[in-house]
Amino acid sequence: MSAQTLSRARPASTTTRWSRRAAGALAFAALIELAGRTGLIDAEFLPPATEIVGRAVTLLADPAFLGHALTSLLAWAMGLGIAAAIAVPLGLLLGSVPIIDAAMRSVVEFLRPIPSVALIPLVALVIGTGLQLRVTLVVYASLWPILYNTMYGLRGVDPLAKESLRSYGFGPLAVLLRVSLPSSAPFITTGIRLAAGVALILTVSTEIVAGRGEGIGVFIFFAGIAVPARMADILAGVFWVGLFGVVVNALLVAAERRAFRWHHAQLGERP
Amino acid sequence: MRRGGLRTAAFRWVVLLVLVVVWEAATRVAGSTFFPPPSTIVTRMHAMWFSGPPDALFLTDTAVENILPSLGRMAAGFAGGALAGVVLGLAVGLSARAYDYLDGVLQFLRAIPPPALVTVFLVLFGFGLRMQLAFIMFSIVWPVLLNTADGARSVEPLHLQTSQAFRLSRAELLLRVVVPSTLPKMFAGLRLALSLSLIVMVFSELLPGTTNGIGFQITDAYSTFDLPGIWAGIVLLGVLGYLLNELFLVAERRVLGWHHAAQQLAVP
Amino acid sequence: MLEIDNLSHVYGGGSPNAHHAIDGLNLSVAAGELLCIVGPSGCGKSTLLRSIAGLITPTGGEIRVEGTVVRQTPDNLAVVFQDYSRSLFPWMSVADNVALPLRRKNMDKRQRREAAHEALESVGLQDAGRKYPFQLSGGMQQRVAIARALAYRPTLMLMDEPFGSVDAQTREDLEDLVLKVRGHHQMTIVLITHDIDESVYVGDRVVVLSKAPAHVVGDLKVELPAPRDQISTREHPDFVHLRAEVGRLVRGHATV
Repeated sequence: MSAQTLSRARPASTTTRWSRRAAGALAFAALIELAGRTGLIDAEFLPPATEIVGRAVTLLADPAFLGHALTSLLAWAMGLGIAAAIAVPLGLLLGSVPIIDAAMRSVVEFLRPIPSVALIPLVALVIGTGLQLRVTLVVYASLWPILYNTMYGLRGVDPLAKESLRSYGFGPLAVLLRVSLPSSAPFITTGIRLAAGVALILTVSTEIVAGRGEGIGVFIFFAGIAVPARMADILAGVFWVGLFGVVVNALLVAAERRAFRWHHAQLGERP
Repeated sequence: MRRGGLRTAAFRWVVLLVLVVVWEAATRVAGSTFFPPPSTIVTRMHAMWFSGPPDALFLTDTAVENILPSLGRMAAGFAGGALAGVVLGLAVGLSARAYDYLDGVLQFLRAIPPPALVTVFLVLFGFGLRMQLAFIMFSIVWPVLLNTADGARSVEPLHLQTSQAFRLSRAELLLRVVVPSTLPKMFAGLRLALSLSLIVMVFSELLPGTTNGIGFQITDAYSTFDLPGIWAGIVLLGVLGYLLNELFLVAERRVLGWHHAAQQLAVP
Repeated sequence: MLEIDNLSHVYGGGSPNAHHAIDGLNLSVAAGELLCIVGPSGCGKSTLLRSIAGLITPTGGEIRVEGTVVRQTPDNLAVVFQDYSRSLFPWMSVADNVALPLRRKNMDKRQRREAAHEALESVGLQDAGRKYPFQLSGGMQQRVAIARALAYRPTLMLMDEPFGSVDAQTREDLEDLVLKVRGHHQMTIVLITHDIDESVYVGDRVVVLSKAPAHVVGDLKVELPAPRDQISTREHPDFVHLRAEVGRLVRGHATV
């Protein structure tokens, strides 16, 4: 590495980058395969990549596994949806009415640092360990990123745009819905993307800590405490969860870019 | 400006105080076992952790046996994971080619919710400290690594040309130009890692096989239906989370003072 | 001091949208000269400067600095870029910015600090050493960049539109600063600008480039009474005559 190589490195084309990414993933898989086959790492701990992926594919035809996956998906989606339904309006309210913001700020600042998983035992005692436990915790944890990003987005709204609408006789609510909400949309999308990752963490955590019923976390946990541990099952489950996380993240990044198009146009750039 | 800030802060504290009083009144009236009054929770926290002798900084034996191990695990896990993330992130970010090859794999590893891997660490290390440390480190290394790599990739080209025109050595380039330009994004990653390390620390203590820690105390209280005990653990973790975040912000302001000041001027 | 033989540079060679920036450019600069290079915008002036500095490798021809062919940045060469806000390091104090390149010279910490202070003094910023770049105005930041180059004691100083991002008043001050420091330091200066008046006011010699692909279309000696002065020099008949001639050369080729 030198300043010369750093400054001269031209960004590779999109095709090259994708083929490099694929090559990297293949190399990573090959490394796992090799470690398992040569006995560098005990195959009991790390099965070969082909075995993990093979297991992942057969799991797709396994009704029990699909049941686990669907239960998790439901808790994740419901929690994220409810969190957005609460956090976006709340963020708009806090971001546009300073007195409520000042009043609520201290509550928000003291609730947010509580690590959400610490609430699992309490919520389990209060409302039981079914779907409602998972959804409640996902909602709690996903609330903050969406709330903060909504408020952050509102701060960046052009005051001139608001005033011009007001000068045409529109009320504050119309201004909020027609100017503030659309122009903070990209930030709200960012908040939802961050929350989607947190929601996945909470879904799996709650399933493992509660340790019963259905769910991908339960599936992984029981594969882990079995004697001997079913490592291929664990890693196949992890494979699907990770893939799900990557896909959701990529979709929301694309949504952010779309929501940001006006932003690029305003700056005179092409999206 | 300064006075306005003070007034806002005072207003917030007053609101908080009022809310605590309302909460106290409401829980007393409701008399629910699930929601003990805040005074009960605080009394419990005091009795459990902070009524020790002065020469132990008022910490009780229970506090020394549970709070300190929790903080120790978190600190060690955070330090190890952050160090690995920074070093690997710089290495990956300095080569556009290496970044392209590893990007996909790293995004995948980051997308895995850490708790899903806890069983893997259980199988590898069994229950106990080694498993907890490895688990915390593995959980936080990805956000640090990816943010650092991103920062190292986006060093201002003119800064590199300037360094080259003045023939800085590789070591000087890395230490005085690349690392400082990476700092803002590196700190963004470290901040994510800090709150994540608190979450995974507590998670690892909620698992069966743990023998101490704040998370263990919560589980313990759960199994004996001791609700003030559960609440005390939650409040303590909230306070710790708040303090750690403030501490981090102080460190960030010290290290990134130039960055924040320059940004504020750039965006009037 | 500096010889350029038949220089050419093509960006993205081979591809259908290759850009021919420089073609068959010849130039020779004597030691101690202050040469201004003017040309229409986008004509490859910056490519020329970056080639001399060894920051890019030209696709054809040869550049020699003090007789040595340029393959990497030559010793005793310093560059001042147009965009001071991105060429100064925001995380270092002004004094550290100026002293940084001196690490390549055999100097201890105290010597570096003294050299930096001296350089800052010569640009009128002796009190700004402890400040950070963002605390200074644009013109002052560019003075810091000039001080950084001066502290290095180069024999050849390259300046890439150094006053392109400051207001008119500051620009005149900085032009006079360059004239002043060049009197104190023995060095050759190559200054790139798109401002015709500036090239005639500052330079001993003005070279006019064509639009891309760039080659030399005019080479004029500037003989104006010293010391130069923003008011009287610009009124001088020779100045008026020269700038008209440079203007014709620039425009004649810019509009074709």
